[in-house]
Amino acid sequence: MAKGFDIRRQTGFSTIAMACFVVLYLPIILLVVYSFNAGTSIAIWEGFSWRWYQTAWQNDQVQAATIRSLVIAAWAAGIATICAVLAALATTRQGSFRGYTFAFALINQPLMVPEIVTAVALLIFFAMIKVGTGYTGLFYLIIAHSAFCIPFAYMPIRARLQGMDLSLEQAAMDLYATPWQVFRRVTLPQLWPGILAGAMLAFVISLDDVVITEFVKSAGQDTLPTYMLGQLRRVVTPEVNAISTALLAISVILVIAFFFLSRTRK
Amino acid sequence: MSDGTDLTPRSRWLLLSPALAVLLFAASGPLLIVVIYSFLASGDYGGVVWHFSPDAWFSVVLERDFFTEQLGFADAHLSIFWRSIKLSFMTAVLTFIFGFPTAYFIATRPKEKRDFWMLLIMIPFWTNLLIRTFAIMELIRAEGTVNSALMALGIIDEPIQMLFTEFSILLGMAYVYLPLMVLPIYASMERFDFSLVEAGYDLYATRWQVLRRVIFPLVKPGVIAGSILVFVPSLGAYVTPRVLGGGKQLMLGNLIELQFGAGRNWPLGAALSLTLLAIVMVALILYVRAAGDDEVRHG
Repeated sequence: MAKGFDIRRQTGFSTIAMACFVVLYLPIILLVVYSFNAGTSIAIWEGFSWRWYQTAWQNDQVQAATIRSLVIAAWAAGIATICAVLAALATTRQGSFRGYTFAFALINQPLMVPEIVTAVALLIFFAMIKVGTGYTGLFYLIIAHSAFCIPFAYMPIRARLQGMDLSLEQAAMDLYATPWQVFRRVTLPQLWPGILAGAMLAFVISLDDVVITEFVKSAGQDTLPTYMLGQLRRVVTPEVNAISTALLAISVILVIAFFFLSRTRK
Repeated sequence: MSDGTDLTPRSRWLLLSPALAVLLFAASGPLLIVVIYSFLASGDYGGVVWHFSPDAWFSVVLERDFFTEQLGFADAHLSIFWRSIKLSFMTAVLTFIFGFPTAYFIATRPKEKRDFWMLLIMIPFWTNLLIRTFAIMELIRAEGTVNSALMALGIIDEPIQMLFTEFSILLGMAYVYLPLMVLPIYASMERFDFSLVEAGYDLYATRWQVLRRVIFPLVKPGVIAGSILVFVPSLGAYVTPRVLGGGKQLMLGNLIELQFGAGRNWPLGAALSLTLLAIVMVALILYVRAAGDDEVRHG
């Protein structure tokens, strides 16, 4: 490129942008690096070791919290994705209908209402049910997670559905396919990347949740993030870094996969 | 038009019913109970007493002096409100200062490279907020990376107390919400027509004038969107002020939590939650007005 007057250049902008990228990643990289520290400090490097991963792995509380996190995330992602697929089918085709605004507002509500407000509302509501029924199992966490995961599952599925060619479905109809056959054989195969993307996003969102889980959980129902939140009050060892790194790895892999899945439609 | 793919209203609602049922049960419905709770009297050991009382709403901003029974402003609450609004506003400003040039940088890359840069912005955003807050905590604590480095270089003798201050909350919130500022600004900049900039230069505008008079007005909807997207979650932040404020610098989210824990005043907690919700709704309405038909991009 010839060195001339670049109309796009703004002095200092590239520098600030680069600083931004460094600042975004540096704390996370340091956190990951110190998870491999041989010493007990999270700031003084004493050599490489897997020690803290072993410690975390052998910690019963961490094990239980990990399994609980994964179980809740799997259920929540499953429920949210099914709900989101059906809702997307109902809201995407042929413009608006009576009650569209209401349905749309309800689906997007978890994105607009501050999490702390929903958390408080669920605390009060579930406390009533817990007193009434005596049941204190994982159901409350699963249903709460399902609810706030719905908009995240809904967005990529709806985007996929909007970009789809209706003529294939019409061709199937012309050939006397039943609505179920059309959905199963024509719509679903095309929609699949969107569904997968939505489910992965919902899984990550559920796995990362702190606030609502913290308020809804009964005694002994810590998930990995709420367990970590409790640990931060004490002296922090690289064990927390090790747990964080494992969680980060899952999130990053799923987010990158999501990115490529949702990009294929272009 | 009827091409066979039309849905009857009945089947539409049938398809919508699972999602609406889950959301009504575990998101929207409980909000109505919060409204009811805010008008009840508080029980001695948490919970509520079932008779009408407007006390909770008065306690949001007012308090009765313990000895003289005189009504005055609840300074503790007001200072937390003020801190929440102040820090959220400063977070929006700080993320704008860093986010605007970053969005501009990405939007001016070759088309095929932009996705990569945006992915770099989005990866931290989709990773755990608690972990990112924890990463900041490790960086700035007394025995943390920044203080250790400064002491090793001999710049300071004693660690600087950064953790558990308003500064640390501000830093943490700006760090975790920066992508929410970059995203909408980038979205409106991507469509920006750079021949307008060329026209500006042809008319002897300086770089600063081009930026201020040509680029900025046209990406303003994105800037407004970004500011609201940062301001709203900052206002309701709970994790970041809890971890980085250490229970000393409370924000609204922490004040609300207190009413359900140590404070044990559920109706007051409900009223505070609704106050927060009201402020957020006002901000969102302003956003919808300002952004107009601009497609809202959530993450």
